[in-house]
Amino acid sequence: MCLGVPGKVVSVDGFIAQVDFWGVTRQVRLELCDADVEVGDYVLNHVGYAIRRIPPEEVEETLALYDELLEAAAKGDGVDLLAADMRGELDATGGGGS
Amino acid sequence: MSAPQVDRLQFRDPVRARALLDRLRALTADRVDRPVTLMHVCGTHEQAIARFGLRSVLPPGLDLVMGPGCPVCVTSAAEIDAAVDLTRRGVRVATYGDMIRVPGTTLSLADAQAEGGRVELVYGVDQAVELARAEPETPLVFFATGFETTAVTTAAALLAGPPDNFFVYSAHKYVPPAMEVVAAMPDTRVEGFLAAGHAATITGFDLFEPMARAWGKPIVIMGFEPLDILAALVRAVELVISGTPTVENLFPRCVTGPGNGRALGALWQVFELTRGHWRGIADLDAADLDLRPEFARWDARVRFDLPRQLGDGDDTAACPVCPPQQRCGDILVGNARPDDCPLFGRACTPDSPVGASMVSSEGMCRIWFQYGGRPELGP
Repeated sequence: MCLGVPGKVVSVDGFIAQVDFWGVTRQVRLELCDADVEVGDYVLNHVGYAIRRIPPEEVEETLALYDELLEAAAKGDGVDLLAADMRGELDATGGGGS
Repeated sequence: MSAPQVDRLQFRDPVRARALLDRLRALTADRVDRPVTLMHVCGTHEQAIARFGLRSVLPPGLDLVMGPGCPVCVTSAAEIDAAVDLTRRGVRVATYGDMIRVPGTTLSLADAQAEGGRVELVYGVDQAVELARAEPETPLVFFATGFETTAVTTAAALLAGPPDNFFVYSAHKYVPPAMEVVAAMPDTRVEGFLAAGHAATITGFDLFEPMARAWGKPIVIMGFEPLDILAALVRAVELVISGTPTVENLFPRCVTGPGNGRALGALWQVFELTRGHWRGIADLDAADLDLRPEFARWDARVRFDLPRQLGDGDDTAACPVCPPQQRCGDILVGNARPDDCPLFGRACTPDSPVGASMVSSEGMCRIWFQYGGRPELGP
């Protein structure tokens, strides 16, 4: 999916960060990110790479859409493709690599 | 359109949504007989439009269609055949989940797996690199699909120095030339384009400027939330009506003119544009992303001598497994809707897909099927 998923940087070691996505910590590579990131920053993850550092003033608004999608995915009727693709990104199972 | 329908949508700001819809209605009031036609080129946009039921509230003077925005859908059957053939030569093939069920000429990668071929599903290129590292004596080919947004990650993995038994079979594709093909079709109704916000996060919007001028059609960068989409539609219609073929960025919180320089640097360091076949559409010049010669040691096309088979421009030939009545090609370029295809929902379903557009979660047919066949209303 081309939406990407935002997460909070927990640690940084060179080009490799550990990033928290709604309680799930995953490794994300940083070499493609548009700006240097520090612990506490939010990044937009696409198939394991941060493609954008989300400016602090935009974090809350960005997360709101995803919160809503995750709620829909949790209902789990499988009808909601957008929510399911988002869940798939978090679970690292999804996608056609768009 | 009645008020309750708008209220059913999940707008965070219904007042602003209504104002945007009123504006769209006013702008297109005299185009009911010949609707203003706008094309978006992103499966995630289609998911959002269907999910939020946006088409149900658009005025009759506006037609919103999807173009070639599903990378799985446009991957050529010949490339899938070559990936299947690799599994028969004892090579492990890793690819994204949606790819394995797409039919090749005779088999899909799922079929190859059932035959005993080693096919691995991965979330991203780094997982494929790790699989190669874990079994260094076996060659592993990453069958890399996706548009430029995903190609940058393949580029980064190659620049990081993968192991010698890791190879990339690039089926990556570059979207702008496909938009140009649609824009240049003599019978196209498309008067303006909506470019995908997050893809433009990487590419920026400057590259669209010469295209909009050359095609005489505006291009508006669009976000993914209902209000983002409505605002972009309003601006695009305004530009169409006033005959202003410019680029406007309606997603400024994510997209800049030059884009993400680091990602673009990696992309063009590793890849170059070449002629390739887009399933159901045509052979397109400079629309496939191939590894540059400097990366030949990791290039599966070189290592395994994989031929580059181009189609002959005939959509039926491009999709040899498809019956003649299928409309995949027309749907991919926005000339038909999924429910125009006689196979849609009958012979062609997600459980038994005929065309690639029914396989991928970013394919228009799959999205429409999932949201009830003709997603005029949201969930």
